[in-house]
Amino acid sequence: MYAFAFHRPTSLRQAASLVGKLEDAKFIAGGHTLLPTMKQRLAGPANLIDLNAIPELAGIERSARAVTIGALTRHAEVAESKDVREAIPALAELAQMIGDPAVRHRGTLGGSVANNDPAADYPAACLGLAATIVTNKRKIAADDFFKGLFETALEEGEIVTRVSFPIPQRAGYMKFRNPASRYALVGVFVAKRAGEVRVAVTGAGANGVFRWKEAEERLKARFAAKSLVGLSHSPEGLNSDIHADAQYRAHLIGVMARRAVEAASNRE
Amino acid sequence: MAAVSMTVNGRSVTADIDPRTLLVQFLREDLRLTGTHVGCDTSQCGACVVHLDGKAVKACTILALQCEGAHVTTIEGLANGTELHPMQAAFREHHGLQCGFCTPGMIMTAVDLVNRKGSDVDEHTIRHELEGNLCRCTGYHNIVKAIAAGARAMAQAPLRQAAE
Amino acid sequence: MTATGIGAPVRRKEDQRFVTGTGRYVDDLNRPGQAYAYFLRSPHAHAAIRRIDKAAALASPGVLAVLTGEDLAADKIGNLICGWMIHSKDGTPMKAGPHPALAQGKVRYVGDHVAVVIAETLLQAKDAAEAIVVDYEVLPAVVDPAEAQKSQAQVHEVAPDNTVFRWHLGDKAAVDQAFARAKHITKLSLTNNRLVPNAMEPRAAIGEYDPGTDSFTLYTTSQNPHVARLVLSAFIGIAPEHKLRVIAPDVGGGFGSKIFIYAEETVCLWAARKIGRPVKWNAERTEAFLADAHGRDHVTEAEMAVDEDGRILGIRVSTIANLGAYLSTFASSVPTYLYAPLLSGPYDIPAIYCEVDGVYTNTAPVDAYRGAGRPEATFVVERLAEVTARQLGMDPAKFRKKNYIRNFPHQTPVIMTYDVGDYHASLEKALELADYKNFGKRKRESARRGKLRGIGFSSYIEACGIAPSQAVGSLGAGVGLWESAEVRVNPTGSIEVLTGSHSHGQGHETTFAQLVSDRLGVPIENITIVHGDTDKVQFGMGTYGSRSGAVGMSAIAKAIDKVIAKGKKVAAHVLEASEGDIEFKDGKFTVVGTDKSAAFGDIALQAYIAHKFSGQELEPGLKEGAFYDPTNFTFPAGVHICEVEIDPETGMTSIVNWTAVDDFGVVINPMIVEGQVHGGIAQGVGQALHERAVYDASGQLLTASYMDYQMPRAEDFPPFTVGMTVTPCPSNPLGVKGCGEAGAIAAPAAVINAITDALGHEDIAMPATPHAVWRAAQKSQMRMAAE
Repeated sequence: MYAFAFHRPTSLRQAASLVGKLEDAKFIAGGHTLLPTMKQRLAGPANLIDLNAIPELAGIERSARAVTIGALTRHAEVAESKDVREAIPALAELAQMIGDPAVRHRGTLGGSVANNDPAADYPAACLGLAATIVTNKRKIAADDFFKGLFETALEEGEIVTRVSFPIPQRAGYMKFRNPASRYALVGVFVAKRAGEVRVAVTGAGANGVFRWKEAEERLKARFAAKSLVGLSHSPEGLNSDIHADAQYRAHLIGVMARRAVEAASNRE
Repeated sequence: MAAVSMTVNGRSVTADIDPRTLLVQFLREDLRLTGTHVGCDTSQCGACVVHLDGKAVKACTILALQCEGAHVTTIEGLANGTELHPMQAAFREHHGLQCGFCTPGMIMTAVDLVNRKGSDVDEHTIRHELEGNLCRCTGYHNIVKAIAAGARAMAQAPLRQAAE
Repeated sequence: MTATGIGAPVRRKEDQRFVTGTGRYVDDLNRPGQAYAYFLRSPHAHAAIRRIDKAAALASPGVLAVLTGEDLAADKIGNLICGWMIHSKDGTPMKAGPHPALAQGKVRYVGDHVAVVIAETLLQAKDAAEAIVVDYEVLPAVVDPAEAQKSQAQVHEVAPDNTVFRWHLGDKAAVDQAFARAKHITKLSLTNNRLVPNAMEPRAAIGEYDPGTDSFTLYTTSQNPHVARLVLSAFIGIAPEHKLRVIAPDVGGGFGSKIFIYAEETVCLWAARKIGRPVKWNAERTEAFLADAHGRDHVTEAEMAVDEDGRILGIRVSTIANLGAYLSTFASSVPTYLYAPLLSGPYDIPAIYCEVDGVYTNTAPVDAYRGAGRPEATFVVERLAEVTARQLGMDPAKFRKKNYIRNFPHQTPVIMTYDVGDYHASLEKALELADYKNFGKRKRESARRGKLRGIGFSSYIEACGIAPSQAVGSLGAGVGLWESAEVRVNPTGSIEVLTGSHSHGQGHETTFAQLVSDRLGVPIENITIVHGDTDKVQFGMGTYGSRSGAVGMSAIAKAIDKVIAKGKKVAAHVLEASEGDIEFKDGKFTVVGTDKSAAFGDIALQAYIAHKFSGQELEPGLKEGAFYDPTNFTFPAGVHICEVEIDPETGMTSIVNWTAVDDFGVVINPMIVEGQVHGGIAQGVGQALHERAVYDASGQLLTASYMDYQMPRAEDFPPFTVGMTVTPCPSNPLGVKGCGEAGAIAAPAAVINAITDALGHEDIAMPATPHAVWRAAQKSQMRMAAE
């Protein structure tokens, strides 16, 4: 690691003020992406602002229409939350599939969303559920938030404070893990909402998380795994690496989408 | 340099450290608690698992400064004096270790697993819960057996709060 | 059998420290005043070094030294060596290119050692390493072993076609004849994938120099500290042997990768004297991926000829073995004498011929990894056997039974004389434990769920207990492969056993103590096993090749015999009888036919106080040493049966059942032996399903961390069913054969045989990742559609 100064604000206001005045500052929450990157000297911020001591970023709230989760909420807390499990069980299941138990005790929703790793799970849930990402400055629709590999609509110094997930009628998430890293080789989040069906795909796209519109249309006509039979995603625009070529990823999108619909349909 | 204070295995510690110091380095190098090991650089092998405020975490992926005020339990803090923690005893009884390098992380993960999943945790769940701990020696067979037995023993033994 | 004697599942003595975090691995040690080493490694697979500018690095805070290959040369530090000479078919010796600990003029793989920075802290050393400016002239690289001999890139001047040797074994003419009269010939193209050993403890070293005594100490992660000392003194020339102490304390797994003498420990020792401070280095995992010796990496064409009855007539094998950019310590022996002599498997095969070309590539050195040559041979033989049975329409178990060796000793056409075995017994027991007869039912049940089920066999044999010194000497080994031991009985009757074997997970502190307890009747808690320190143990060849039981313990047994003989002399004086009338049994010396006896501990005390005999008659003390040189290899064998279920939609393979029945001869501690089997299976399954080192065409390692190199996890396995059969080994005094590598040797073929059974065709290579299996399953479906 390169040298840095460490800051630990105890309020959102302090954090925002720090990032405004410090040179070359980065936020750290769970640290499970940033610290390994810093250890490899691929990142070297001069200032590190730890968000872990800010109480405003914690907590899960459930209303009639949405579950709103504080950015600092750990994956394990989401997975175990009674509110999340009742309202959006697919979201709890997704959180349970991230990393491993120790990683889930540290990694945070806000960190995952702000980082937008192309193989991360939460971006698929945000896009699939038409979530709203709330920052210290504004509210951003998930459709407008994820901009590409590790790129988001966040401006310099903007802090994700919480994410609001509208409660769907049904939803399911299926993930085929990269056998080595356990990140999503392909992850598909399917949600049936009033008036629309969303199918969000992570891990596969060369440009990060995306929606599979053809599948959405078919499922809107009839929300059943059978509706997807015979539909395959094009390999174009998909990742190809030593673990899976684009063709295999395209095939897995179809399989995972069908299985996610089955999971969603089989609930209750 | 920056100051940090935390409670490690029930003992208050304060030190002046380089902000870059990871929790695992703080434990191993500053406190000389070398039972917590480093087996990789990417948060995957689990040799460095300790309990932070009662929950298993990977000490290679947390800065020591982030643990300000926290309670940390390492493998050295698990036994009650000379009496092994039931999970430690189960690993020995069921040959759940060979070279011993992954063992502290395995045991700390196992105790956390039982804390969360209960003492009648089944084989399938144990295998799944070990997704963040690598062992190259045992083929996991006896680790799984040891954890199942350790879980049952933890239910029987009076639950010690073991510094956490 | 006593509760702590031979055959008892004694709980391990070493575990107390490991489960409490008080083990002492190299990185747990710190020496007063130590500095830290960080190696600048080559980012290029192949490049000439035009110039290294270290001025900025030297000016960096905390830096004590920046050293390069020029400094090594100036100090006349010798090159790293390969200790096994292989001669090509034409009689010429293998072409060993120079292997300096720090690059001299050229780098030959990504991760090669360019310079070392020594600083007050590791962070300072890393910062300074970034300030070193190296002017490289990038050269064309070759990474694919199949391309190496035709490549424009030339790794070493001494080997213009990148060929280290063109070696062969067996009778070519006899094999050609066998194939000429064959009824059926099976042909396979096989790849034995390249693996990274990945002991969980990364390699580490601390070099220390004491100017007062002009002597060195090296703390290192070694499986064989005495061999390290010998090489570092006699060949590399760091210090004379008597001025160098090598300590290998607790070592966190080796699997072969810690046999070798590497650049890093060499440099730490040398630099310790140069800067006058202890120098510590600890590998990061990525460094382990880049620069630990890798394993396997063969490309093979194999053929089996059978007659009309399904009897094997001959095997013909041609292999290209990738040895990487430099010849590591035992690299040349692995694809030659540890490989081809195992091509007879457990079968009676009249004719075998094997050619092996060892090649250089711009990749990390390749050397012994768990099994070393024998997994590669078993994969060839057992894939051939399974496919031949399938092509003949024979049950694969029946085909094997028909071809098993029945009479012992059995001379194979490829060097080995198998001393004993009962392969039928292992197979029968395995078939029963695996419930083979109901496999069809299970397969149909899987099919109903849309899954493909398959079953695969691996009937392996291995040569362990390495090895008779004269024999290996005649085959090119630079050392003898005996073992030494010393049994020191203290006046109080407690015992220290000093052994040249090294334990890095095998549990020697327990099993070796069981032998001593069994033979001398001393409680196991009164016995300490001492290993891993050249100042304590006189000499030793270390632990690899499943040799510690057969060779290391045999040396202890021999020393125990001497202790008993000496004890009898002492007892004769104490009990006032003639030496010939003393017998030793159940921990007591007794005058035959009388009730006059003395306990072992009393005789030990008498030996030391020496009141009952004069110094002219008998030397005081009770301490004996022995060297044991084996008379033959040992031949553990067994049958592993793997059952898989494949999800053809995703290509995911699940191992649903694993049955292993092994014959390791006499078993000292069944708990520990089963543990060795489990671990071996996991590594073999890792090779078959998950693991591979991948270099891109330019020589960059794409799998340099656990993000891309898939290690087997707990969820990848079912509980293993392990059974044993026993034919005691006649070639050593304990009847043991060795168990450390069996699983890794047997498993890959069993897995691939099961997967190909499920798929209905043979076209899949290791590792059978989900991606590969999915493609192969599509091919199965196309074939079925075509039919």
